[in-house]
Amino acid sequence: MSTSGEAVLKSQMEIESEAAEWLQRRHFWDWSASDQSELDAWLAQSTAHEIAFVRLMAGYGRTDRLVALRAPRMDRSALTRLLRIAAGLAVVAALGTWAMQTPSTPTETRYVTPVGGRQTIMLADGSRIDLNTDSEIRLGGDRNHRLAFLDKGEAYFQIRHDASRPFVVRAGAHRVVDLGTKFLVRTGGDRMDVTLVEGRARVDANGGARSVDLLPGDEVIATARQLTTVHKTSQDLGNQLGWRRGVIVFRHTTLADAAAEFNRYNPNRIVIGSAEVAALKIDGTFPSDDPDSFAEIAQVILHLRVERRAGSIVLTK
Amino acid sequence: MARVMTHTPDTGRTFPDLRRLEAAMTSSALVDWFVREVLPLEAALMRYLRQNWRNPDEVADLRQDIYVQVYDAARKQVPTHTKAFVFQTARNLLIDRVRHDRVVPIETVPDLETLDVPGDVPSPERAAIARDDLRRLRAALDKLPPRCREAVVLGRIEGLPGRAIAVRMGVSDQAVSKHLANGIRALVNEIYGRENDREGQS
Repeated sequence: MSTSGEAVLKSQMEIESEAAEWLQRRHFWDWSASDQSELDAWLAQSTAHEIAFVRLMAGYGRTDRLVALRAPRMDRSALTRLLRIAAGLAVVAALGTWAMQTPSTPTETRYVTPVGGRQTIMLADGSRIDLNTDSEIRLGGDRNHRLAFLDKGEAYFQIRHDASRPFVVRAGAHRVVDLGTKFLVRTGGDRMDVTLVEGRARVDANGGARSVDLLPGDEVIATARQLTTVHKTSQDLGNQLGWRRGVIVFRHTTLADAAAEFNRYNPNRIVIGSAEVAALKIDGTFPSDDPDSFAEIAQVILHLRVERRAGSIVLTK
Repeated sequence: MARVMTHTPDTGRTFPDLRRLEAAMTSSALVDWFVREVLPLEAALMRYLRQNWRNPDEVADLRQDIYVQVYDAARKQVPTHTKAFVFQTARNLLIDRVRHDRVVPIETVPDLETLDVPGDVPSPERAAIARDDLRRLRAALDKLPPRCREAVVLGRIEGLPGRAIAVRMGVSDQAVSKHLANGIRALVNEIYGRENDREGQS
């Protein structure tokens, strides 16, 4: 019982450093199927490589708690608040008194879900928010507004209407103002997707540069440059909300999209081996936390080869 | 991301209850077992190695050899008592080395029975450990060199991709990669409790 030849020659330090290089490459840079094959080749070289990678990957997964340290975004409102404080201080200096106080920072509550996680938040006003995988939301507000910052991920809102205190969801430069509603919001990059399930809502994109009123079934996609609306059937809406039941629903979905969807929920990633495989389509309802089952189905239905490796499931023809 | 497109008739096909393939289990079950049962023993294992091996520079390599032996053995059969198995492997390895190197008398390797190893951690404590993670991670983050810490904060906490980190920091992609890799190693070593191992930083 001994280590395989190559591993003996390399110190733990060297191996760990190579594994860390792979891990950061996979997490922070473009990652192609050929990168994956290179990594697979490296992993296959020795058990020590595989262990070092698995260990770093598992440990890195646990560093997700650091997200709790995230500083509040310096978005426009924070900036205005700071400017107001600065202006206030100038006035105070001019008056020569400290009687004025800086505006009290409204208390915010932050909720974070890990990859694969899900959380329901019940608000005092009877509203309810379901937070999907790998998401982050801050809730706050003042006398005139109820405010939610969706900093990351996806959330489904069922809002109890209060004309005197409208509910506003902000995601980057965009916002949704509820007018008595059930709606789904997802954010990523400079983009916000809003799907209205029931009631009425308005989307102000890009700091209010463009606005649109939504009807039930409308999905609005707001980016830095565009605002697009598509209409969905009630069945589409149900499918899109499948995650609240722990499932992902595919209807004629390409494997590329399906893999991306599974990878939102699982640290064990599905990797598509080629463009040909990526374009294949699949239908079905799958448990979102079980990429293995999905791979098995894809294997049987689409006659693919499935390879399990440390941290990934590779689908090839 | 998957956009479920409209105008597609519902095929009504749902997830059939297929039996999990044998091959599927082996690899991922092994990894799961290793992460769940072996890695949490690392702090205790490192303490044991430091106490029982006179050259601290060799401890990380010893740990690697122990992990490899444990992992290779578990490929054939996952041991029922992981902790006992890991420490038995460690002890045997040390004894082998002693015989081979003739550097330390065997008696300095204590019996497994006398080892101070934490018992199976009950679940309430696991929760406490999880809470403790943040405090320790934060301390580890503060210990990183400033540029390395900045890259980790932008990448792991703010969620920026590598290229955006490079732009924000005004450094090359390669420099960002290096910072991220070093930062990840330091944080993970902190998590698995390799306290004051001077090889931990590079």
